[in-house]
Amino acid sequence: MSADMIEQPDERIRAESFATKLMKKPELGAIGGVVLVTLFFLFTADSAMFTLSGIMNFMTPAAQLGILGIAAAMLMIGGEFDLSIGSMVAFAGMIFGVLTVNAGLPLILAIPLTMAFAACIGAVNGTIVLRTGLPSFIVTLAGLFILRGASLVGLKLFTGGSTQLRGVRDAVEGDWLAPVFSGDALTGLFGWLASVGLIETFKSGTPKVPGIPVEILWFIAFALVATYVLLRTPVGNWVFATGGDTNAAKNSGVPVRNVKISLFMLTACAAALVAVITVIDAGSTDARRGFMKEFEAIITAVIGGCLLTGGYGSAIGAFFGAIIFGMVTIGLTYTDFDQDWFQIFLGGMLLLAVVFNNVIRKRVTGER
Amino acid sequence: MSQDSKFHHGDVPRDAKPIIHMENIQKHFGNVIALNGVTFDVTPGECHCLLGDNGAGKSTFIKTMSGVHKPTAGKIFFEGKPLAFDSPRDAMEAGIATVFQDLAMIPLMSVTRNFFMGREPTKGRGIAKRFDIDRANEICMEEMRKMGINLRAPDQAVGTLSGGERQTVAIARAVYFGAKVLILDEPTSALGVRQTSNVLSTIDRVRQQGVGVVFISHNVRHAMAVGDRFTVLNRGQTLGTAVKGEISSAELQDLMAGGQELAELEGSLGGTI
Repeated sequence: MSADMIEQPDERIRAESFATKLMKKPELGAIGGVVLVTLFFLFTADSAMFTLSGIMNFMTPAAQLGILGIAAAMLMIGGEFDLSIGSMVAFAGMIFGVLTVNAGLPLILAIPLTMAFAACIGAVNGTIVLRTGLPSFIVTLAGLFILRGASLVGLKLFTGGSTQLRGVRDAVEGDWLAPVFSGDALTGLFGWLASVGLIETFKSGTPKVPGIPVEILWFIAFALVATYVLLRTPVGNWVFATGGDTNAAKNSGVPVRNVKISLFMLTACAAALVAVITVIDAGSTDARRGFMKEFEAIITAVIGGCLLTGGYGSAIGAFFGAIIFGMVTIGLTYTDFDQDWFQIFLGGMLLLAVVFNNVIRKRVTGER
Repeated sequence: MSQDSKFHHGDVPRDAKPIIHMENIQKHFGNVIALNGVTFDVTPGECHCLLGDNGAGKSTFIKTMSGVHKPTAGKIFFEGKPLAFDSPRDAMEAGIATVFQDLAMIPLMSVTRNFFMGREPTKGRGIAKRFDIDRANEICMEEMRKMGINLRAPDQAVGTLSGGERQTVAIARAVYFGAKVLILDEPTSALGVRQTSNVLSTIDRVRQQGVGVVFISHNVRHAMAVGDRFTVLNRGQTLGTAVKGEISSAELQDLMAGGQELAELEGSLGGTI
């Protein structure tokens, strides 16, 4: 470190170029990734991919993953991991299924109860991590197996031997809250756009894309709220501080324990939200729901610029990270490539993102 | 013993009333006696140096002052009234700020975000209550300018600052949040020459604002540069308090080391320490 840049730093510090300023944004990598992936598919994929219906096609899985990814990113900025998110999707799905099908509760009760259940498990995760001081990695790895196992055992218990619980669609049919969590939104707008000829229609005059799948709206809203909280509220500052240096944050009066436990509860609730949306959509729930999603969510967060050590990252980055993910998974079906290239691509992206983030961190902190 | 004429126990040189007065503080950890009767006070606008070798009890003492430890025996008077701090938070609210060696700074976060960590200014109310980042940036730039540091930008990460600058941010933060007593735990121990002089001049600025500074050090030269009074701790006891100009650095050095051994060493080293 230069030892003596005190009195007049102006003369020795070059003005920041626009590029350097951009480099300091954690989400830069993810945005760059979206541009690259888009270019790649523009050249290789069928043109149908970038029509409105094509976009909805890849945005839907992106949204489902992104809701998890944004929560994972916030937790990661707060300095912890949650490997039980994927299993939590299955477990919350089971709870939700049982509440709607077996208990016959309306959504207005079933959804808050599912969320509360998930939040409790998140709080337990957080409390164990804080009490024992063990890495959250290992504590939630235990959660990964426990919750997955509990979903299997629970489903068999409630269905009398099957690992799939059917009948959710019938149970929620006609519930006034169902449109908020399933199907398409803004159908009126899309119908109008079709009628004035702005979007493609079938011969009958109905639009090819009837509306925006609700999960996409949830995804966008969650990204906006998370970004606002992180960057513009005291709580956001506490999250960064907690992840950056727990001890320093504690000494400065940040309620570190509450921040961490709330973040664990948030990730669990995000998993429950994805569970509710996908279970209503599929009409059934099974024990494999959310399989491997914990890793995909963490990859999304890392591509989005989160450092594995905590204290740095962005929700908007995770948003774009999830879009990259969706584009690659779905996009490969529009190309001549074998779809199984997907995993190779994913691993490559992760490696690239980690290396890139490391360089960025050194830039930001001025390490040499 | 020529020192006796200059060294008085519990002597207050000026008329100013002390902000905090610690009387005959004892602290035992089990059967270890860490502090065995320490008397110390700070008046507004002075820099009172607490000197002592490793293990003398300096850290225990300042932790008692900042509310981390409760004294086993002894009295604490804050602005003339007897007081017992239950937690560091209590002491902070009363106006006793401590800048520990680790500084409580987060390198990846911006100067502003560090400055206001845990005490963010807000605007709006209810659900619209938010971190007033513009005002925070403004205040931060202004406070740092007062301390003689021109930040390139308030969103500059603390990691890009030098050690001395970080120290200054920590001090500026404590002063801004209303510190009446500022305890600095070895602020110069890890710094280079230039940075040390910057921190010392920051201490001087803070003192001029009427804050009582407690400067802990084992470097007599740094203490002599800014100190108004000097208290030496040895083996958990105060050896006495001296006023600036009445004692030489050699005498202070001797007291800190407990006299004899250093005298022998000094002989072989030719008086260089």
